[in-house]
Amino acid sequence: MPKLYNNPQLNRNGELQHLLTIEGLPKSIVNHILDTAQSFVGISDREVKKVPLMRGKSVFNLFFENSTRTRTTFEIASKRLSADVINLNIQASSTTKGESLLDTIDNLAAMHADMFVVRHAQSGAPYLIAKHLNDSGRKEIHVVNAGDGRHAHPTQGLLDMYTIRHYKQDFTNLRVAIVGDILHSRVARSDIHALTTLGVPEVRAIGPQTLLPSGLEHMGVRVFNNMDEGLKDVDVIIMLRLQNERMSGALLPSAQEYFKSYGLTPERLALAKPDAIVMHPGPMNRGVEIDSAVADGKQAVILPQVTFGIAVRMAVMSILAGGRA
Amino acid sequence: MPTTNQDFDAEALYRTLLEQVRAGLASVPDAAIVGIHSGGAWLAERLASDLDLKGRLGFIDVSFYRDDYARKGLHPDVKPTHIGFNVDGATIVLVDDVLYTGRTTRAAINVLFDYGRPACIKLAALADRGGRELPVAPDYVGVTTTLAGRQLLSLARDASGQLSLTIEDDNAETVQ
Repeated sequence: MPKLYNNPQLNRNGELQHLLTIEGLPKSIVNHILDTAQSFVGISDREVKKVPLMRGKSVFNLFFENSTRTRTTFEIASKRLSADVINLNIQASSTTKGESLLDTIDNLAAMHADMFVVRHAQSGAPYLIAKHLNDSGRKEIHVVNAGDGRHAHPTQGLLDMYTIRHYKQDFTNLRVAIVGDILHSRVARSDIHALTTLGVPEVRAIGPQTLLPSGLEHMGVRVFNNMDEGLKDVDVIIMLRLQNERMSGALLPSAQEYFKSYGLTPERLALAKPDAIVMHPGPMNRGVEIDSAVADGKQAVILPQVTFGIAVRMAVMSILAGGRA
Repeated sequence: MPTTNQDFDAEALYRTLLEQVRAGLASVPDAAIVGIHSGGAWLAERLASDLDLKGRLGFIDVSFYRDDYARKGLHPDVKPTHIGFNVDGATIVLVDDVLYTGRTTRAAINVLFDYGRPACIKLAALADRGGRELPVAPDYVGVTTTLAGRQLLSLARDASGQLSLTIEDDNAETVQ
């Protein structure tokens, strides 16, 4: 069968070469990452919180857009794999002096980088880097997408899947609701692709029409504008942050209005299944998308998500960095 | 075609190994058993049960410590490592099914030291097939034999828990 599009994240043998998006990733690779992450979870509880897998490898964190949590968890994950981590604060460096993205990459590659962890405000920037490295024969250098524009945030999607699997075991009997600003959310996109790949029968998107992208139905998602209806009998609730900084124009009347219609309160949570879990990729806006009583309640698994995120990133990096280029 | 060698009776070898370990651990106060996944873990379970050391049983997967990661990548099926007892000051019997190059043993010792500082580590193997590439020797061993490099000696466990040891010809290059 001819390939419809070139998938630069897989090598000729179908193995993971870069992690750019969950879209189009085979289920076997997603499961392999989750299984490997499970083995890494215990390492953080040990006397020595390190394994020697990536000893001597250099991981460059290239954050063209601000992020504390994601950058920190990638840094911790690299260090627990014994890699050397170099954090580049790109906003304050060469690009402001006019250097192009690919020139920056070439310079860092000349410093013998083994892996780039890339966050960029432009969708597709990590693709551009991966393709540039592949096309110039530097296949031993790997790229991990740490969030690009509105497009994808694959490691967040994977850690969300890890969290769901941890609490619910089986994906094939779940109802999962994603609530909020789906239009601007790369997390939502990655989650929808991952949930679909893993066989979740019902994915719901809940939000005001102005914050829902068109075409969600084509991704197999049920759309709800009424939150009370959408939350009925769900097993998992993924809350999204209201991304004020990404909003152009008046998509919403006010944060208070938003909370009234789409804030997750204890009363609304009661509409879901009694053992439903509440997730949030962080950082949370308390009183905007989530009530403190829910955020700190016993159904919230928001902090375990952070802990699992380290193990999932360790799994991704060690699968990429090992072996055949 | 794989050939099965009936010369090895895995159950008999296990009983030999058990008696050696029992004698070796007599009057050792802080003894513990740690099996290397997968074959060593099965043996360790049996040993811990037969020696009344179930509360001092652990399992390790050496995938994160292997020296061929850079060549072969991460093992596709990494099992969880679990050591539920305090490694500091313990006398640990490290159990593997087949001792070959010694590289797995080296990796397993490194794993243990990332959990603490054992008083002593002893090595138990159901079969020692020779071919060592590192200065590693077993303290307790069921049988010692010599096999050609292309031959694969592997332990299997059936649904009832019975162990069997088979020799196969493997055309692919294998590194134990």
